[in-house]
Amino acid sequence: MLNVIEKKCTGCAVCIDKCPFDALEMKNNIAVVDYNSCTMCGLCVKSCEYDALELNEESSQSKKDNSNYSGVCVIAEQRDNVLMDVSLELVSEGRKLADQLDVKLSAVVLGSDIKDTANELIAHGANQVYLVEDEKLKNYRTGPYTSIITNIINKFKPEIVLLGATHNGRDLGPRISARINTGLTADCTELAIEEKRGILLQTRPAFGGNLMATIVCPDHRPQMSTVRPGVMEKSEPDYSRTGGIKECKFDLDSDEIDSEIVKKSKIINLAPDSSELDLYTEIKEIVKQANKSVNLEKADIIVSGGRGVGKPDGFSTIKELASALNGEVGASRAVVDEGWIEKGHQVGQTGKTVKPKVYIACGISGAIQHRAGMENSDIIIAINTDSEAPIFEVCDYGIVGDLHQIVPLLSEAFQATV
Amino acid sequence: MKIVVCVKQVPDTNEVKIDEKKGTLIREGVPSIINPEDKIAIEEAVRLKEEFGGEVTVISMGPPQAKDALVEAYAMGADKAILLSDKAFAGSDTWATAYTLSQAIKETGQFDLIFCGRQAIDGDTAQVGPQVAENLSIPQITYVKGVDIEDDEIIAKRQLEDGYSVIKTKLPALLTVIDGLNEPRYPSIKRIIDAYNKEDTIQTWTVEDFEVDKDKLGLDASPTQVYDTFVPTRDHEPEILEGDVEEKVEKLIKKLKEEKVV
Repeated sequence: MLNVIEKKCTGCAVCIDKCPFDALEMKNNIAVVDYNSCTMCGLCVKSCEYDALELNEESSQSKKDNSNYSGVCVIAEQRDNVLMDVSLELVSEGRKLADQLDVKLSAVVLGSDIKDTANELIAHGANQVYLVEDEKLKNYRTGPYTSIITNIINKFKPEIVLLGATHNGRDLGPRISARINTGLTADCTELAIEEKRGILLQTRPAFGGNLMATIVCPDHRPQMSTVRPGVMEKSEPDYSRTGGIKECKFDLDSDEIDSEIVKKSKIINLAPDSSELDLYTEIKEIVKQANKSVNLEKADIIVSGGRGVGKPDGFSTIKELASALNGEVGASRAVVDEGWIEKGHQVGQTGKTVKPKVYIACGISGAIQHRAGMENSDIIIAINTDSEAPIFEVCDYGIVGDLHQIVPLLSEAFQATV
Repeated sequence: MKIVVCVKQVPDTNEVKIDEKKGTLIREGVPSIINPEDKIAIEEAVRLKEEFGGEVTVISMGPPQAKDALVEAYAMGADKAILLSDKAFAGSDTWATAYTLSQAIKETGQFDLIFCGRQAIDGDTAQVGPQVAENLSIPQITYVKGVDIEDDEIIAKRQLEDGYSVIKTKLPALLTVIDGLNEPRYPSIKRIIDAYNKEDTIQTWTVEDFEVDKDKLGLDASPTQVYDTFVPTRDHEPEILEGDVEEKVEKLIKKLKEEKVV
């Protein structure tokens, strides 16, 4: 709760101008707080030269009224101004959650030239898209992204905020959650609503995939999750859908960061503290590495190799079958650790989560950490010499035998049919 | 250069077994280790100290037995080790953990760099590092696989899904590091003996030893709660194809044609 210490307040009104949420006004030369509008962002406390404002966080935690939080919000991620697949997966999933709660679904995109993304997000189910365009936001940067998104969250108060569990999403999510003092659940693989309380049930793997845990954030808002790419189903886009688009402007150059939403009759000032923007941190270069052709998340067919391939050269057999099926090559952690194949091919808890139509596991024992990354595949085929290997417990079709005999036969057969 | 490293003692999840009947984890007999990426953080801190001079302080929050992890960190070359251990910390989620660690780091005084492992193998959240950086209002670089220091600036290689970026920021900063940054050294036997013989090599701090708001600690202060846990299962019977090699391959191709996937 924000308190005004009346004895110290001189009536200078600096705080009134500083407040981004119109939550302060002067009455009889003393600042008065409108508690319905106050988000306890603390900007006024910092601005007051007379220490006449203080935040009493203790009572704010226990007495927080969450009823003014409504809606589901997806923080969409672009790279090179193109939306990442996970963002559309999240909008599709967010639509289901919003329908269940009977609330609106919004999406936020930051970038330099991103107007086209709004239609895509609306086609997948967003009711409202907030765009923040600036050359300085072209590439993800922790400081400015955190400040801007925190401001948008504080202003529009969604009850649920979803981010993709990409490297950037996992950099940004915790930073936002610490700033607004709410909970964040990482790497969710399933989201649902508990009907009784209307709260988000966030399910994720733990202990290297040995255990699934459902996490809730009952008393803090928003409830935040990062969601693993490739897990949620992307809906078919419907371009006849309509939705609102708001462009938000943040002036990232001046010391006093001023910002506003333009193109709408009402101008909403969003004012991050410039000291929190951390514009000093800069990206010197971004290097795309040659192996970007490994696109396991999008592959319909994946042929994966484990220790059973025997030696680094053994992967040629796997690669032949993958190319015969027009699929991609995957690998277990063991062989990536051995250096037999690049990290980009790794499937599993510490690698990629995949759900192709067909997953062929060759010489992979099926440790839990591997299964965590592939067991949602439509059809799993296991080939292993050890009939007791755990991979046979999760497969649809199993062949006990030597992959070096079986895989070449499969390649031959498919080459003939395809 | 003053460097702080945050570490966590974790069960070796590769050794965790499942009680299929009860659907729970069997933790008994599972060895406790320093989280692998935290070891890389310690190694990087010690290497920078060796190059630039200074001091490495390792901090961990955990039960009393987490002291073993700090002995190992000390034996790898850390100068100071602090275990934050108090019943009041129990049940902390990442938010409360980050708060507690941040307050302890403030108590240790000025610092130039903080290293954390990207994520712990028991939780895999990767949240505590960035949350500590936020609490201390310093920049962060996550997924670091290369570090260069020039005066008061740090230039780091940050791993991305399809390559990497090179990021420059000002010290003090927090870095979370990933596998591949370095090869952690073996702990020195002499320093292990030192750690056990000299008192106060590993300090233990309770809530009385540093400034904390007791309402921000442990389970009660944690925004997230565990609602349920279960062991993942797949709900169908696998079909093992029999016959000689040719027959097995033939059967498989027939099945895939039936499923209309090829």
